[in-house]
Amino acid sequence: MMKLWFKSGAPWIWLNAAAVSVCLIMVVGVLGLIVARGIGHFWPGQVIQFTYQDEGQVKTIIGEHVDSSITPAAMAKSSGITMADTEETLVQYLVKTGNRDVTGGDFRWIQERQIKSQEAPANLVVVERREWGNFYGELAAVKENGQVIASGQEAWVVLQSKIAGVLALYHDIAHLEKKEVGAINYALEQLRLEQKSLQLKNRWDDSQEKRLNDKKAALDVDYKQYQAQLAALYQQIRRDSLVAKTQDGAEVEISLSKVVRVYQPNTMSFFDKAVHYGAKLFEFLTDDPREANTEGGIFPAIFGTVMMVMMMSVIVTPFGVVAAVYLREYAKQGFTTRLIRIAVNNLAGVPSIVYGVFGLGFFVYILGGNIDRLFYPESAPAPVFGTPGLLWASITLALLTLPVVIVSTEEGLARIPKAIREGSLALGATKLETLWRTVLPMASPAMMTGLILAVARAAGEVAPLMLVGVVKLAPTLPLDGNYPFLHLDRKFMHLGFHIYDVGFQSPNVEAARPLVYATSLLLVLVIIGLNLAAILIRNHLREKYRALEG
Amino acid sequence: MPEINKNTKKPASIQISPAYEQWRLLKDKLARYGVVAGGLGVIVAIVLIFFYLLYVVYPLFISASVEPVDHYAAPEQALGKTILLEMEEQNEVAARFTESGQVVFFEVATGKVVLTQAIAIPEGVKITSFSQGSPINEGAVIYGLSDGRAIVVKHQYKATYPDNKRLITPSLKYPLGETPLVIDTTGAALEKIAVKIGSDASTVIVKSAGKIRLVNFAKEQSLFADEAALTRTDAVLEVSAENVETILVDKDEANLYLLSADGRLSYIDISNKSSPLLRQEQNVVTAGQTITSVSFLNGDLSLLIGDSTGQVSQWSMIRDKLNHRTMEKIRAFKVSDKAVVTINAEQRRKGFMAIDADGVLGIYHSTAERQLIKQQIGQAQPVAAVLSPRANGLLVELADGQMHFWRVDNEHPEVSIKSLWQEVWYESYPKPDYIWQSSSASNDFEPKYSLTPLVFGTLKAAFYAMWVAIPLALMGAIYTAYFMAPGMRIYVKPTIEIMGALPTVILGFLAGLWLAPFMEAHLGGVFALLMILPLGVMLFAYAWLHLPKKLAQKIPEGWGAAFLIPVILLSGWFAFSVSVPLETWLFNGSLRDWFKSELGIGYDQRNALVVGVAMGFAVIPTIFSIAEDAIFSVPKHLTVGSLALGATPWQTMSRVVLLTASPGIFSAVMIGFGRAVGETMIVLMATGNTPVMDLSVFQGLRTLAANIAVEMPESEVDSTHYRILFLAALVLFVFTFIFNTLAEVIRQRLREKYSSL
Repeated sequence: MMKLWFKSGAPWIWLNAAAVSVCLIMVVGVLGLIVARGIGHFWPGQVIQFTYQDEGQVKTIIGEHVDSSITPAAMAKSSGITMADTEETLVQYLVKTGNRDVTGGDFRWIQERQIKSQEAPANLVVVERREWGNFYGELAAVKENGQVIASGQEAWVVLQSKIAGVLALYHDIAHLEKKEVGAINYALEQLRLEQKSLQLKNRWDDSQEKRLNDKKAALDVDYKQYQAQLAALYQQIRRDSLVAKTQDGAEVEISLSKVVRVYQPNTMSFFDKAVHYGAKLFEFLTDDPREANTEGGIFPAIFGTVMMVMMMSVIVTPFGVVAAVYLREYAKQGFTTRLIRIAVNNLAGVPSIVYGVFGLGFFVYILGGNIDRLFYPESAPAPVFGTPGLLWASITLALLTLPVVIVSTEEGLARIPKAIREGSLALGATKLETLWRTVLPMASPAMMTGLILAVARAAGEVAPLMLVGVVKLAPTLPLDGNYPFLHLDRKFMHLGFHIYDVGFQSPNVEAARPLVYATSLLLVLVIIGLNLAAILIRNHLREKYRALEG
Repeated sequence: MPEINKNTKKPASIQISPAYEQWRLLKDKLARYGVVAGGLGVIVAIVLIFFYLLYVVYPLFISASVEPVDHYAAPEQALGKTILLEMEEQNEVAARFTESGQVVFFEVATGKVVLTQAIAIPEGVKITSFSQGSPINEGAVIYGLSDGRAIVVKHQYKATYPDNKRLITPSLKYPLGETPLVIDTTGAALEKIAVKIGSDASTVIVKSAGKIRLVNFAKEQSLFADEAALTRTDAVLEVSAENVETILVDKDEANLYLLSADGRLSYIDISNKSSPLLRQEQNVVTAGQTITSVSFLNGDLSLLIGDSTGQVSQWSMIRDKLNHRTMEKIRAFKVSDKAVVTINAEQRRKGFMAIDADGVLGIYHSTAERQLIKQQIGQAQPVAAVLSPRANGLLVELADGQMHFWRVDNEHPEVSIKSLWQEVWYESYPKPDYIWQSSSASNDFEPKYSLTPLVFGTLKAAFYAMWVAIPLALMGAIYTAYFMAPGMRIYVKPTIEIMGALPTVILGFLAGLWLAPFMEAHLGGVFALLMILPLGVMLFAYAWLHLPKKLAQKIPEGWGAAFLIPVILLSGWFAFSVSVPLETWLFNGSLRDWFKSELGIGYDQRNALVVGVAMGFAVIPTIFSIAEDAIFSVPKHLTVGSLALGATPWQTMSRVVLLTASPGIFSAVMIGFGRAVGETMIVLMATGNTPVMDLSVFQGLRTLAANIAVEMPESEVDSTHYRILFLAALVLFVFTFIFNTLAEVIRQRLREKYSSL
């Protein structure tokens, strides 16, 4: 029976089926893992107060429970932990205790067997700060100009009212510094370059000097005015502070200007938590990163990715479509088309890092270097286009995604029935008119599919970008209010590189990890969304042409 | 009906002017050219990438060239014979040290004297010996005198820019004071001498009155005085000073080398200045031959010894396993058949130039074992020669009193086929090895550009990835294409294809930060899973066979994969839950420790296994998709015929379908392999990026692609390192090009075959 069963080959079929199942489990598992880890980060967790026996002393540890680990006794022993014979496993909790400025670390592992008791007192506060990470402890008092104005129960209420004002001030300051003062600095730099350019062209004379000096003087006046405003705002924002007690009972004073938000997670209702979650999520999507990218938002990375992808689309679409049109409509099928197909396949198969190397050497150093020499002699020795930047990254990725657009468009063109072309030609249209009026409009969904797939590919590609323009922290966005508004020479941030950089180059990986999962989730959602859209369009298209043919 | 046509008048509105007609045709024509150009542009793009990479890489493999600039009579010949030539950084001013203690600075290009200065030698004392420090001493030379004293001089150059023109002013400086130092207290003449001037201490070694003496001056910073006091240590070496011709001290003032003309090399450890220790004595030339020229290689770790047979051999200090230090000959270069008269080491690279008695010049690079040029540069025997600090110019004085200035073009001597791909014996390594170590902080570092460990790492990563990907992807493709219900297939195929759209940076991040620690903690579980999973599936399948007939008939065919999902999850859970007891029972608690203690296999957290799984995951969709297409498009009449002849579905599959689709499957595997080879982010994040050559699945690796990503941003444009990284990119390009082209050709053939069936 068994032998017969094996001979029929049924077990092999089952094993093949198992391979499919394993693949499915892996896909769903990976997506599930990212979703599970990425989605929970912004939900406020309970802050627990542990009474903990540590080397003979009883201590209080305050923090959020992050992770647990179970180690077999033998393994624990080999890592130097004394275990009783009756114990089979060692259970440990990873607790986020924050207060990096006081304790020197954000996290600590504690052993379950040493915990005497644990509770979640309502008065514990979490202070999200702009520096040093979170603070966990009890609120003691609120100060104004160094004087205590509220303490105990009352302090919380006063703090709430103060925080809103301070945050508004903070935004004003940020706006002034980034927008207004930034614009003046940019204008001053432009004036300097203009002066140098005129000198290089030997057209620098007294009238020019006077003109530029007048402009400079005007900017200086503005600058002084903004400086005064800023000084006033800074004085105001530094007025208030809060005093809080750490787990050891030490008092810490935190200036409110350094506070992002304060909350008492143990008293929050589900609704409060949902509001908090929403606020954090909004911050994540729209704010700048803080603390070496481990806190705050990822807006510059999203913006950079979108800009780069848009630039790339503008470049790749015409080239991809023209190449596909040539292959399908113009070329005689034969040696040349065969060669082109091999070239397209190779373009798709060449490792992306090779594109990065090519982009860096050819686009950045050769093209960019020559552009600088011809058009920006005044900037020398600082490069303008002769250094990695948005333009070169877009062109490099356009080259990388070209095959995707070609293949997809060609497929679309192939599905258009011959009768349509012949009909148009028979009515006296030229080949171009046929293409332009009938074939291409019909193939536009296919082009769209190709473009979407190209965008999805480009959004997730990191390796070449590391060489041709991505940075871990860009001080300015590639698009802003300063003429010429779109700065193609600037470096930019990118979601994929952000994941690599924060996850692997950050000094505080443990603290950054939840943010990396959240970023990954965002990127995965975008890419899967794009891919699904492409698949749907393609399926729809197939149906449509099937009807046409029939 | 022609009549009707004649009768109907064309309406005015569609009256087409000939000009417009022409314009239409012109547009059509232009569009044609545009489109053709665009189509061929694709080929241009790929060719451009290839040739650009080649263009950057090419200079690595061209030889050096030298061209004569000028020659003139050596300046101020009346002041004595030249014993040392020196050139400064910009190749503008050179110095000629004469045996009478004069220094003549002159313009390199014309020979015009800039400055002549006599070294402050006391009245009535003669110069008896002379030597120069190595380049690290910034131009220090020492004159030994007949009264047992010595004087150290440095030649310096200052560049100023009056009227925006560079002006180089030479000068002499006495770093250890203008009065000669007493070296031999008995007052015997110093016959041979060597010096090393360090920032904290200086060492002088002399041969006088048949003994080798060592004098060390250590600076002692006093708290009260501004000027540092010098503490002097004296020692007399207990070695034979007979025939000692050359004395060399290394830059750390820890090793001393004595060479005699008949070829004896004594290596003395002088790290303890008061009691030097003779470590080794041996012959370095074949019997009957003599040493004709000696120099340190840049970094002072190797000696270059030229002999009367025209050979230059490199001797380097090697530490063996017991930490014994010995001098070993690690390679040799043949210059000509005549004695090697001068050897000059480059000051920033491991290259050197040698000139033989007939005036034949050879430029070599030690690490690359490469002869970059060999050329006759004069007819007479050379008296002195110098290679400029940037190794781009050379000055030779020949016995006929002529000074020859040559320009040298030698950009990338470090690279040869051997230094890239074969084992190289690097300085102070116990044996030849494959090493990639491209940069270091120190200036005299020997760059190790072996691509072999990187190619090894690339293939190792791809190999383990294929072990994961091929079985899963191919088996999955077989089932999906042939056995799966169409209702399930329309969901399964896009799902697995979406897997391929997942950014590799996310896979790498998960592999590095989630999978690697998970595997480290549950290594036993991973191995248990490999055994339990197939077993569980088989058990389920066997149980399925015994399902009541009634029930079995109701279940639609081709949904097996769906039923297996809970089975696999259950087996997985079971494997991980039994792993801890199993490990405790079989492997004393931890499989990881057991591997280490019993088999001696070390465990890196980020290792090839992690890469294999993560990259396997990334490659599965590629292989799956192409293989599935190939199997699915096998013409139906073939399978139907086979089934009609009584073959079981599996027999049909394995004997008919797989055979027909095998070229497609093969090309799928090749494309998958190409992708695994070029993948960057996963290996960058999931391995430790250590370029080791170890097949072990638990060790890390570094691939070509990851290496480019790590090192490219910090490599200097057009440097050798930059070009070698381009070479790595070119290797990747060519590799994937071959694989992809082959795969594509096979697929095109297959398509034709199917259409003919």
